Amino acid sequence: MDPRTKLLGTLVYLVSLFLFASLPVYALAAVFLIFVMILSKVPFSYMVKGLKPVLFFLVFTIMMNMFLVKGEVIWTFWKLQVTREGLRQSFYMGARLILLILGSNLMTLTTTPTRLTNAIEAVMKPLRLIKVPVHEIAMMMSIALRFIPILLDETDKIMKAQMARGADFESGNLIKKAKSMIPVLVPLFISAFRRANDLAMAMEARCYHGGKGRTQMKPLKYAGRDYIAYVVLLLYLTGLILLGKYSAELLKLLGI
Amino acid sequence: MGIIHINKVKYEYIRRDEENNVEGITTAVDGVSLAVEPGEFIAILGHNGSGKSTLAKHINAILYPSEGSVVVDGMDTQDEEHLLQIRQTAGMVFQNPDNQIIGQIVEEDVGFGPENMGVPTKEIWERVKESLKAVGMYEYRSYSPNKLSGGQKQRVSIASVIAMHPKCIILDEPTAMLDPMGRREVIRAVRALNDVEKITMILITHYMEEVIYADRVFVMDKGKVAMGGTPKEIFSRVSELRDLRLDVPQVTELAYELKCAGVPLPDGILTREELTQALQKVKKLRDPHS
Repeated sequence: MDPRTKLLGTLVYLVSLFLFASLPVYALAAVFLIFVMILSKVPFSYMVKGLKPVLFFLVFTIMMNMFLVKGEVIWTFWKLQVTREGLRQSFYMGARLILLILGSNLMTLTTTPTRLTNAIEAVMKPLRLIKVPVHEIAMMMSIALRFIPILLDETDKIMKAQMARGADFESGNLIKKAKSMIPVLVPLFISAFRRANDLAMAMEARCYHGGKGRTQMKPLKYAGRDYIAYVVLLLYLTGLILLGKYSAELLKLLGI
Repeated sequence: MGIIHINKVKYEYIRRDEENNVEGITTAVDGVSLAVEPGEFIAILGHNGSGKSTLAKHINAILYPSEGSVVVDGMDTQDEEHLLQIRQTAGMVFQNPDNQIIGQIVEEDVGFGPENMGVPTKEIWERVKESLKAVGMYEYRSYSPNKLSGGQKQRVSIASVIAMHPKCIILDEPTAMLDPMGRREVIRAVRALNDVEKITMILITHYMEEVIYADRVFVMDKGKVAMGGTPKEIFSRVSELRDLRLDVPQVTELAYELKCAGVPLPDGILTREELTQALQKVKKLRDPHS
């Protein structure tokens, strides 16, 4: 699928989560996400793994909402009060966050960084009218991605070199540890600048002169499935808005 | 009509102190004249700081001469108009393989040059394919450059330059950061391109073994061309080379020492085969019956 479709789709999905706060809407959003997840064939365990790093944040947000929102008290424990409104709020917040993270994970798991950069460049193209250097930003992003592993390697090398000279990175408190990183950062920065200089020269030597008059090796092309995806997305969005508007009535009908 | 004319080029680095006052002027290249014919394999030798890399950057219009002129395929490098065309005619491969690969996978990097030139998408793919095949890296087209060895990375860099269809490639110490294996890979690729595709090669190096296949060799010292000629001519002058702080290939050195010790060997022996043949001749002369 075209990365632009994925990018726009994810954006629309993320925004849609914030439009309404009601049970049926979240149910629809969750069903939609599960549907897309099944289509993407990304193993479920991978998706859940993406939740792990934000678990603490998630629990924290839920707790805060649960205890701090004022309203009808239903349960008291020591100085903490759980209110009906707080419970509802924390449930919405939790659901929203989980769907948010799963949704964006789905995009990053199914798209290579290069294609994502291409998509960002394509989507931001209209901004060129107000003199935003879109191509340059995209180029910077892709070069940064290319150099991350190289610089990581280099950090490792410098740390070992400094350790061989008796530097100590492990002991001491946080401030001391941060201070001990200076002998690593200084050479790292110097080498990064040197690399940047070399790279700029190499790019110039290969006729790089900005985005003007450039062709693309892998141009983005919409295929049939992209149009289908857009239609599905539109259906989802209308459904969601309708559901959001009339969710109160719907709940009443169901007798909840 | 030669492809590159370097005419009395002089290049000065101006050193400045912290207040931006001129502290001193270092002349990196001092009145060098060279002419390169199409299809030639030229090697430029010299120890560190002899001005060989500075000279190379002039051919690609990265640096401009302070005095004199550089003409590439009939275009003066000082001419802004021809800048892109010159860089396309004379491609350049640099020393550090990591710092010249721009793409995140091999084929994207090779496509970078043609993309900049505005080549249509379909042709880019053709060019990428043929240039990766020319250096024997086609199987690695979808690898990340970080997963390749130094020699492989440098071959990718060469492919990236070939994809721009240059008439001439300047290699600025392409093997300086490689192990012996990588060095051999790269030099083999360079020689093959020179033989088969007839691309003019200018190899800048300080490894003597890489120079013996060149058509002509120039030795630079203190910004000047100190010696010039075929590898055989150059390596016959062993003592002169030593004065310029350069070594000769091991075989040549052995032959030279043998000659000094009184063995009647010819000058400028470059390969092991030549030495064995010469030694066999000597043996026959001394002992005609065996």
